[in-house]
Amino acid sequence: MIPEIGHYALILALCVAVVQGSLPIYGAAVGNSMLMSVAKPAARGQFLLVLLAFCCLGYAFADKDFSVLYVASTSNSQLPLHYRLAAIWGAHEGSLLLWMFILSIWMVAVSFFSTHLPEAMRARILGVMGLVSVGFLLFMLTVSNPFERLIPAAIDGRDLNPLLQDPGMVIHPPMLYMGYVGFSVAFSFAIAALLGGTLDAAWARWSRPWTTVAWCFMTVGVAMGSGWAYYELGWGGWWFWDPVENASFMPWLAGTALMHSLAVTDKRGGFKAWSVLLAIMAFSLSLLGTFLVRSGVLTSVHAFATDPKRGLFILVFLAVVIGGSLILYAWRAPRVGLGGGFAIISREGMLLANNVLLVAALGSVLLGTLYPLFLDALDLGKISVGPPYFDTVFLPLMTPAIFLMGIGPLAQWKKASLPALALRLRWAFAVSMATAMTLPFALGQWTPLISLGLLLAIWILTTILVDLRERLVQAEGSSLGGRLAAMPRAYWGMVLAHCGVALFIVGVTMVKGFEVEQDLRMNVGETATIGGYTFRFDGIQEVKGPNYVAAQGTFHVSQDGRDVTVMYPEKRRYFVQNQTMTEAAIAPGLLRDLYVSLGEQLEGGAWSVRLYHKPFIDWIWGGCLVMALGGVLAVSDRRYRLAWRRKEAAVPAATQMARQTVS
Amino acid sequence: MLLVPSLATAYEAQPLAANPQVEARLKALAVELRCLVCQNQTLADSNAPLAEDLRREVREMIAKDMSDREIIDFLVARYGDFVLYRPPWKLTTTLLWVGPFLLLGVGATGLVFALRRRQKKLTDVTLSEEEHNRVAQLLSEGTNRP
Amino acid sequence: MNRFLIPFGLFVVVVGFLAVGLTLNPRELPSPLVGKAAPDFSLPQLHDPGKVISSNDLKGKVWLLNFWASWCGGCKEEHPVLIHLAQSGAVPIYGMDYKDQREEALTWLREWGNPYPVVAVDEAGRVGINYGVYGVPETYVIDKAGVIRYKQIGPLREDILEKKILPLVRELQNQ
Repeated sequence: MIPEIGHYALILALCVAVVQGSLPIYGAAVGNSMLMSVAKPAARGQFLLVLLAFCCLGYAFADKDFSVLYVASTSNSQLPLHYRLAAIWGAHEGSLLLWMFILSIWMVAVSFFSTHLPEAMRARILGVMGLVSVGFLLFMLTVSNPFERLIPAAIDGRDLNPLLQDPGMVIHPPMLYMGYVGFSVAFSFAIAALLGGTLDAAWARWSRPWTTVAWCFMTVGVAMGSGWAYYELGWGGWWFWDPVENASFMPWLAGTALMHSLAVTDKRGGFKAWSVLLAIMAFSLSLLGTFLVRSGVLTSVHAFATDPKRGLFILVFLAVVIGGSLILYAWRAPRVGLGGGFAIISREGMLLANNVLLVAALGSVLLGTLYPLFLDALDLGKISVGPPYFDTVFLPLMTPAIFLMGIGPLAQWKKASLPALALRLRWAFAVSMATAMTLPFALGQWTPLISLGLLLAIWILTTILVDLRERLVQAEGSSLGGRLAAMPRAYWGMVLAHCGVALFIVGVTMVKGFEVEQDLRMNVGETATIGGYTFRFDGIQEVKGPNYVAAQGTFHVSQDGRDVTVMYPEKRRYFVQNQTMTEAAIAPGLLRDLYVSLGEQLEGGAWSVRLYHKPFIDWIWGGCLVMALGGVLAVSDRRYRLAWRRKEAAVPAATQMARQTVS
Repeated sequence: MLLVPSLATAYEAQPLAANPQVEARLKALAVELRCLVCQNQTLADSNAPLAEDLRREVREMIAKDMSDREIIDFLVARYGDFVLYRPPWKLTTTLLWVGPFLLLGVGATGLVFALRRRQKKLTDVTLSEEEHNRVAQLLSEGTNRP
Repeated sequence: MNRFLIPFGLFVVVVGFLAVGLTLNPRELPSPLVGKAAPDFSLPQLHDPGKVISSNDLKGKVWLLNFWASWCGGCKEEHPVLIHLAQSGAVPIYGMDYKDQREEALTWLREWGNPYPVVAVDEAGRVGINYGVYGVPETYVIDKAGVIRYKQIGPLREDILEKKILPLVRELQNQ
């Protein structure tokens, strides 16, 4: 009964979505206020219906209802409750429902936080989001129904993949989807602006906070995916340039470029068409990611069970949404005005150079990901494109971008002087170079890459200090504290986010440069020392979990004779799918991670064991978290809080129509 | 567990591999090779039986003093370029390797051209605006004259 | 107006490739050995370990080399097709028992039938590596000169036999 209610709720949601996607947009085009006002209640209605459907599926999982095909294939009676619920998004159909649910959350958020927008704009934005949801609901109801029944019901379920039975599973997909789907808001803003012809700096100002919040979620989502792979997969890696990882990284790159380009459009009214194109690109890459994961077109450890019918549906949907947007862009964008002028050497110029670099990086990741497919489609052979390619290509593109990160904030708007900038930054550059060249020796090993990484990270930090000092000197106010407090949150957000990048670079440089790995055969009582830490193997015992049995090792860790910790790596066998899994033991720390992974039992009771010492690895994800916090701080800037609170009177639609658009 | 220390130092665990130097070379090679069974892992990390067999083959080739190039050629002759995670330089992969830098070049050029073009357009406009202002100024001066 | 259509143009190209991609199988690995000499082997026979079967013995005729194992599920699937083919006598199928135990292989053949005149034993999988085998079952069509002409990845099916393999075999036998 409950699954049928959920199914019916989705059908109703589709009807509401069709209404939401058509009436308000038409109403905005002809200036009919009543039609436009359909948008808000429609969005909220959709949210309630999808929420209902989501809860019905959750109930089916919680209740172990194996007469629902999806529940039977991804759950099991022995699966603990929290994983049963996380299994909602454990496979294709349910993850689509999660997508839809998160889309409805964003829709309802837009319906609440858009009171300061002109009515026509809001109607169009919600209308476009409605159209997107039509696509997803139709997809679910035709070829990917999570509520499909299994008659006769299974006695027990096939269980969730053991790799997914982990806290990361509970948080990573929702975070990631909040980002992916969040870019649909920026996309809808862009389409709404193109449809209405009101492409001015105000559009950029409205669009920015939504873009930034989506970007924050995306940052956390991607970072979590990487962190989860690190501790779950058991081989100590954290990024593999796997097609699905790339599918989440590309929208992030586009979103980062978009945030920076919106800064130009907001402040100086320039490059509106480019910002619109980036917004379309970011969401297009989200949709492309959805396609790549579910179509079977690329092999990936992440891919859902594939079905050519599903792949075709998504491809057609992709073609319609993105193709339509790009045609609209080609038609309307040329009419957009230019905005304020600026020199090539200026803050605007540097922000746009940042964009060029980020988009080139994005293009490279896309090229590398799709290239095997290109060659295969042209019958030119089968190749693999993996980490060696991406690492080789990505670094030269990102290095200039990081250098710009130091120069850009100091450059003046409109026109800046390169010699003057060099003068202001000479101290920062000297300190960065000197430290980067000498520090590796102190740390134990010098390679060009380690030096480069340290140079970039220290450059970011020193240039932030130079910029801060200059602003403090110029600021009004008596006390240092007063002047610091007077600086807008948007500035501190930028500082924090850029610091996050520096932390990230430090983490990557130190881990790649200084990590140590040892593959050992250990008998009980034997020790091994890496990175100054001594590991003693104290034996194996059998441990029972709710749906698995494990051989658990005990490793006592000490440093210079002092006890540090005890670590318990496991080798688990899950009953239902009879799969063996390695659960590595990690002792995280601010300056290093210790990582122990059990291999197999060898003759004589010994075990093969892999030990790692990974310095600064948590700075990788810590840096990402700081980046996201920077974004949150920027969004909490006064001007957004004031704008939201003020609830400016919406400009009547008829007046909007009359307004000329060329600025 | 209380361990009674022996007269010698506590037992040091031995490396898993028989020959660490060979193993180090194997690792350097295997990290760039693709496991053909679990196609999303490197040859170094995969536990598939074929991966173990291939690692054994590579070890034997290293012991026979074959160069890295020869070992890679051996594998490519049997499994094709698919087994390499670093795509080889070939006619068909030129676009792949050159592409990113081409993109950067095109983007940078495009940006410079776009900025120059808009400079010209705006200077054209501002000139006539300046003229407008001049005219307005002259007109206002005219009306202010007694 | 022209340059604003570039994003759309690029997109159309990408979608075209993705559409073609839906018809392809990214996991399948075609063999680089097609058209090249079949790697030599000289291995003990399954039913008579004292005797040796060598690829040189088979020069001068067209034959199929079928890699199989008793632990392989797909091999069970294709076995009836092989039995049928052996009964028709169109082309001899030689078996290569890949990374298997002798007893289990013999039992398996007794239970499911033996379409092979001779079965070679590749216990360590080295011959498999030389042939570029990455999963069983895999089947090669080898001509009179000892050159590999076709590789079938995965279980053989009647339709593939009819459409691709038997016509090729007939052509090679007439050379």
